[in-house]
Amino acid sequence: MIINKGFTQKRTSNGRLPPGQYETKDFPVLSLGPTPRVTKESWALEVKGLATPMKWNWKEFTSFPIENIKTDIHCVTRWSKFDTMWKGVSIDHIMKKAKVSNRATHLIAHSYDGYTTNIPIADIMGGKAWVAIEYEGKDIEADHGGPARLFIPHLYFWKSAKWLKALEFVQGDHPGFWETRGYHNYGDPWKEQRYTFD
Amino acid sequence: MATPGKNNVTPSTDKRNWHTATLIKSEMIASDIKALTFSAKNEIEHKPGQHYDIRLTSESGYQAARSYSVASAPNKKGLVEFGIQLLPNGEVSPYLFELQPGESVEMKGPLGGHFIWDDTMPGPLILIGGGSGVVPLMSMLRHAQAKKIKKEILLLLSAKSVEKIPYYKELESYKDKSTHIIYTLTGESPKGWKGLTGRINKDLLDKLLTSYKEKMPMVYICGPTLFVETIADTLIQSGWNSHEIRTERFG
Repeated sequence: MIINKGFTQKRTSNGRLPPGQYETKDFPVLSLGPTPRVTKESWALEVKGLATPMKWNWKEFTSFPIENIKTDIHCVTRWSKFDTMWKGVSIDHIMKKAKVSNRATHLIAHSYDGYTTNIPIADIMGGKAWVAIEYEGKDIEADHGGPARLFIPHLYFWKSAKWLKALEFVQGDHPGFWETRGYHNYGDPWKEQRYTFD
Repeated sequence: MATPGKNNVTPSTDKRNWHTATLIKSEMIASDIKALTFSAKNEIEHKPGQHYDIRLTSESGYQAARSYSVASAPNKKGLVEFGIQLLPNGEVSPYLFELQPGESVEMKGPLGGHFIWDDTMPGPLILIGGGSGVVPLMSMLRHAQAKKIKKEILLLLSAKSVEKIPYYKELESYKDKSTHIIYTLTGESPKGWKGLTGRINKDLLDKLLTSYKEKMPMVYICGPTLFVETIADTLIQSGWNSHEIRTERFG
């Protein structure tokens, strides 16, 4: 390690910040391409793979129990945002509805733009993951993944796939879009797992 | 550490660790952007469009890291140039602006595997940059120049003023039959300005880009979030395929 003489800290430290992160009040947008415009009317969520195939439209999906979530989020590009408020349907509920097989080890989340991301089942069970349908009391804006996005706040935010289209339950790990493009396969902010070899 | 003269560090080992890089050259390339060239041993050749993380450590042990796009073309000399915009209230960029040749930072990379241009892609290369967003596009353009790639290239660059156009002189020197460079100024334009003025809009994009549409083009857009969002949306409205458009947003 080298010391950069004269370099001083400008941002406040906070125990809630994972290593290498800084706090932002904004909500930056990061996406790989143009923002897909998905309306509530055209949106549907599909469950496939090692589960009973399901497909719910917006009205059906939002009749499920809705939970309030208040938590911090962490983006791999180093910003963190505290106390963000979301509403969503718990993945536990969805897995119960779709009778997900106990052979499933991973979830592959599919987005409307073709994006995919992989998450171990253990990381989406037990009140750790949701399909979010509201942010700060309003519809989720298109550039932030609306009408519905995955929400897994304990992992870097690229795992919280925007414009969620399908949940595919599989046996074995299938690295997704960023996971095959230099980013870490698991993405724990507290272990600073940003890039493939971290 | 590597023994000088012996390549005993595998790329994957080097890539995963922070390593020391020494500043070779620092030069203003626009009124608020500096080009910083670093030398690092066993540097891995980057792909045009990739970035590095640069990290600073204070005497108290506090560390801050930020991502910066590479502006230089891939080369085998271990030199990497970044284009860094000064954010006056920022934590890292003001320090980098004052960094003197011979001083060092730590860096990690090259990183990023989507906003990259592979010169074997068949069609025209369309680059759209807002302000310092032109930096990763510069790496693509310089790569095409260095390898004398015979390909239609269009760079559309939006800046507030002439003084804020990064790499202006160099860009001018690249203009030829197949390399089109078009500037538009969103703020004041000087007397006799021959470029465009105003924000990039649908009319302009349709006029400039429609002829490339059937030729398997790739479009790279980099700049502030709103700039990228607006242009990408407009292209989709004009019938462009989202698979032809790659974006990088900041701020």
